[in-house]
Amino acid sequence: MTAIDTADLRASAGRLFRRKQLAGFGLLAGVILYLAYAAVAFDIAGLMGRARWDNAVVLASDTWSYKTHVERQHRSGDIEIAIEGERRGTYAPGTSPDWIVLGDTVTVDLGHGATARLLPGNVTELDIPGHGTARMALQGRSISGDFGEVPPDWISASAKRVMITLPGARVTMTPARTEIFRYFFGWDLFWFTLDSPYFGHGPAEILFGPRIDPQRGNIAGAAHDWWTNAVWHHKDVAWAIGETILMAFLGTFGAAIAALPLAFLAARNFTPVWLLRGAVRRVFDFIRGVDSLIWTIVLARAFGPGPLTGALAILVTDTGTFGKVFSEALENIDGRQVEGIRSTGANAVQRARFGVLPQLVPVLLSQVLYFLESNTRSATVIGAITGGGIGLLLTQAMQTQKDWEEVSYYILLIVLMVMAMDWLSGRLRARLIGRGSAR
Amino acid sequence: MTDLASPPPGAIRDSYMAELRRRRLYGGLALLVFAALMIAGFQTANDRNAGGFLDGLHRIGDYPAMVLSEAWEKRAQLPGKLLEYLPDLVETLNIAAVATLTGAIAGTVLAFLSIRGLAPWPRAVPLFRRLMDILRAIPEIVIALMLIFVLGGGPVPAVIAIAFHTAGALGKLFSEVAENADQKPVEGLASVGARWGQRMALGVLPQVAPNFLSYALLRFEINVRASAILGFVGAGGIGYELKNAMAWGPGRFGDAAAIFLLLFGAIVLFDQLSGHLRRRLVEGTRA
Repeated sequence: MTAIDTADLRASAGRLFRRKQLAGFGLLAGVILYLAYAAVAFDIAGLMGRARWDNAVVLASDTWSYKTHVERQHRSGDIEIAIEGERRGTYAPGTSPDWIVLGDTVTVDLGHGATARLLPGNVTELDIPGHGTARMALQGRSISGDFGEVPPDWISASAKRVMITLPGARVTMTPARTEIFRYFFGWDLFWFTLDSPYFGHGPAEILFGPRIDPQRGNIAGAAHDWWTNAVWHHKDVAWAIGETILMAFLGTFGAAIAALPLAFLAARNFTPVWLLRGAVRRVFDFIRGVDSLIWTIVLARAFGPGPLTGALAILVTDTGTFGKVFSEALENIDGRQVEGIRSTGANAVQRARFGVLPQLVPVLLSQVLYFLESNTRSATVIGAITGGGIGLLLTQAMQTQKDWEEVSYYILLIVLMVMAMDWLSGRLRARLIGRGSAR
Repeated sequence: MTDLASPPPGAIRDSYMAELRRRRLYGGLALLVFAALMIAGFQTANDRNAGGFLDGLHRIGDYPAMVLSEAWEKRAQLPGKLLEYLPDLVETLNIAAVATLTGAIAGTVLAFLSIRGLAPWPRAVPLFRRLMDILRAIPEIVIALMLIFVLGGGPVPAVIAIAFHTAGALGKLFSEVAENADQKPVEGLASVGARWGQRMALGVLPQVAPNFLSYALLRFEINVRASAILGFVGAGGIGYELKNAMAWGPGRFGDAAAIFLLLFGAIVLFDQLSGHLRRRLVEGTRA
């Protein structure tokens, strides 16, 4: 009797296991099939062919290094030294960093033991350790070079263009000019531009050393020059971060304020009228369905680009979300507390204030603060679309496709900003809700 | 006998009222500071905006009206336009789905590596948590724009960007759920000599799967929106078409309206669907 039972049980358990196994494998196969379909639909194979890996190399190396250009015009013989080739990073004529010695022959230290000499008569000589001397000269409209018996593969030479790639430096010569690029670790001119008297001075010198600029105190002057740095625009970047946080703050809390009274209208226990409740709920659904992207577009048409547009876009979208969340929270409150207040003869507003809000506030604040963090990210994205805040700076820097160190700076700032907001909202949540539940 | 322990009732009342007054004062002050911040914030935002709030308020309906009136004139073409842009909508949905899927898988792995008490390398738990924090903190648009520079425009940058963020966001939620899972099945499996992977797959995963699925569905809903937005900055799908139709301006508002409709319909559909499924999942675990 029992033997039959156990055998039955065993068989049914076995069937169950097999079914579950089959379902598991079926799910896995489904996922794999779907991913395979997606790979075809997204044309992964074609993408690999189109990908610009050289862009990736530029991006990766530019984020942590910068280069200084030394350029000689062959016709005039003028020498120009500029950081990143930028006008604002150009050294005044007759001045140079200490690794370049000016004179009839300009000697450039290329690092790693290599040296380049720009000799008169448009001749350039390179001393390269492990290779010897490479020499190239402009004769008429073509370049003649002496690179040894077999030119190594890091030299590409023709009559119109010679390019020598060294570790940390690059030398090119064309009939028009000779260019030397030397790469350095770090971000160029991040603290001070070349026209600032504080350029090249360390923090110890500025803080404790003698006055560098006789007109100003060291700390005030350095802070001013850093703040108004014309290459990195620290002042504008700080404003942009502030704008982004402002958008998130105004949008989130504005939405919470707008959604709270509406949520009462959408909650079953406060609005028994089915029609009104349904109408308010559909409004919430509509607002959320339209989505922040389209709200942003519509609002940007009316108000133009800027932080107000971004704040309003977040405000409108989140009113829909908060309305839904708050009305659900309202439906879940404990009715006894409200009844107790009602028994003392309180009217509807008093019941809401003393019976409902104390129960609702922790839930509500927790949601709002959670959204504050996620809206900081949304504000970055909305800023990129509508033009405002750090999102705009980021897209602009990316569109120029050369200031990758600025791009990485902005990314770093954005990540720090979002993490700071995350931390702040977590702290506030823990404090407010911890206190609320302890009471 | 005098009762030293309890003061007269009047004193209790007075101290209670004083406490209440103080709390109300602090509450009122906090509210005041908050109101001042909001007002000052809106002032600042208004000043730094290209157009002011009051100047723009009456224009707010102009653009939708313009689009809608043109779309109404061309209403006969609308069904055709809807069909024309359906593949783009499918691409947007595919981006969201693939990103959610891969992000959820990566998030699950990260979550199990960072559960306090169950992680295989307890010392590395803070490391994985910070990694998830960073993944969550990088906005999708940042990764998408960088990848567009390298890979060119298209859906793949969007997928990778959204998947990164999803992995971080879901990883955090998953690990919170898994931390609250019942330890008894895990101990039982450990007692019969199960390896870590077996303990997690057979002891923890079945308990938390409904919650995982519920969070993943919510994430999918969010990712549909994100994928539409990323399309707007150049990563394929319906957002890209919307941007093109809008940049064209009058004359293609019929297309813009069709795209609006498709996007709106898709978002509402998945919003309702995932809400329904999630309710069923959560109620299923309670039963």
